[in-house]
Amino acid sequence: MLTKRIIPCLDIKDGRTVKGINFVGLRDAGDPIALAKRYAQEGADELVFLDISATEERRKTLADLVKRIAAELDIPFTVGGGISRVEDVGLLLKNGADKVSINSAAVKRPKLINELAAKFGSQCVVVAIDAKQIDGDWKVHLVGGKEPTNISLWDWAQEVEERGAGEILFTSMDHDGTKNGFANKALSKLASLVNIPIIASGGAGSINDFADTFLEGNTDAALAASVFHFKEIEIETLKQELKEQGIPVRI
Amino acid sequence: MKTTIIDYGAGNIQSILFALSRLGFEATLSADADEIRNSDKVIFPGVGEASSAMDKLKATGLDEVIPELKQPVLGICLGMQLMCRSSEEGNTDGLGIFDVEVRRFSQKVKVPQVGWNTIFGYNSSLFNGISENEYMYLVHSFYAPVSNDTIALSEYETEYSVALQKNNFYGVQFHPEKSSKAGAQLLKNFLEL
Repeated sequence: MLTKRIIPCLDIKDGRTVKGINFVGLRDAGDPIALAKRYAQEGADELVFLDISATEERRKTLADLVKRIAAELDIPFTVGGGISRVEDVGLLLKNGADKVSINSAAVKRPKLINELAAKFGSQCVVVAIDAKQIDGDWKVHLVGGKEPTNISLWDWAQEVEERGAGEILFTSMDHDGTKNGFANKALSKLASLVNIPIIASGGAGSINDFADTFLEGNTDAALAASVFHFKEIEIETLKQELKEQGIPVRI
Repeated sequence: MKTTIIDYGAGNIQSILFALSRLGFEATLSADADEIRNSDKVIFPGVGEASSAMDKLKATGLDEVIPELKQPVLGICLGMQLMCRSSEEGNTDGLGIFDVEVRRFSQKVKVPQVGWNTIFGYNSSLFNGISENEYMYLVHSFYAPVSNDTIALSEYETEYSVALQKNNFYGVQFHPEKSSKAGAQLLKNFLEL
């Protein structure tokens, strides 16, 4: 049976992990590779590396890091953050990334999705959508959720599927950082509108939040950062409890 | 031992090279027919779209080289699908090694299938040391139905062939290079055939 995926997300700046990461036994908590391997051992199904650096050399630094990650990691990983050019995607995939996630660049130039799907296949194109509710309507936001647009979440999700996205990574800005659970109503509506896998992001605070997003949000995967980084939730415990609730997970 | 990965511009080849290297094996990338013929093991990768991948194989003549190979050959993901008789993806002919028509999953399930699924019903030494119902990582929209060449099954919408074998030709739908320890075991089994 196809299992629900648990995906830790690592923020990367200039080739190093950011956020205070609190891992016992890691010699260098800023080393993305050591952390990634640790997550893989603990049962993470996939990893997402989100590059938040703003330097001139970022493309090269990221491409080099991807190659070093691929050398060590034996589970799939996605790379995202500021990706807007087809040739950059080509280099990241060539260096061993399994998928890339694109966000603002796809909103600004939707044809990018078609171009990536045609050149590399839908399976490696994850479209990340950040949205929040404005007067009760879910609107797509840009630049990490800072810049609102008039685009409806529902219209955009259907458009990215039609253009060839292989998965949608949906972050609710209303839930992100709250630790009060994922945006399950919106996620469940998304799941009824599109026929590609949906990754829930934003709001993970407890093990029940993960169970709820799989059961009520009808999501295929759940992504979280701080609850894993700060060891508030252990992946092994999380998966064991999900299994006990009848949710298929890889153990 | 000489292992060659067929290089026809398709697939996440770097990840396969790294996976082999973690097992202590080296491999070379090549599109050269003689080099491929003279290898002990051949890996036929593939990610992307079937009809354009077939066009690339035809353009280099590899479509005629691969079916004639005598050593163990392992097709991975699209590589496996291209070893079949035909594919609904782009309505293309395949290499015709496995007598199977590759079909698309219906809209009753999410397409592509993405993630870790269980595999079972093994019927080949390729799966030695891999427990029944082991998880492997899969990303695909098309699948090979069950046939005489099926050596392992998985289930998504329907039971389908997650691995095929005919004589020296092997194919797996999942990505062993991304399937943690079980995937590494499968690659090791292949290299030690």
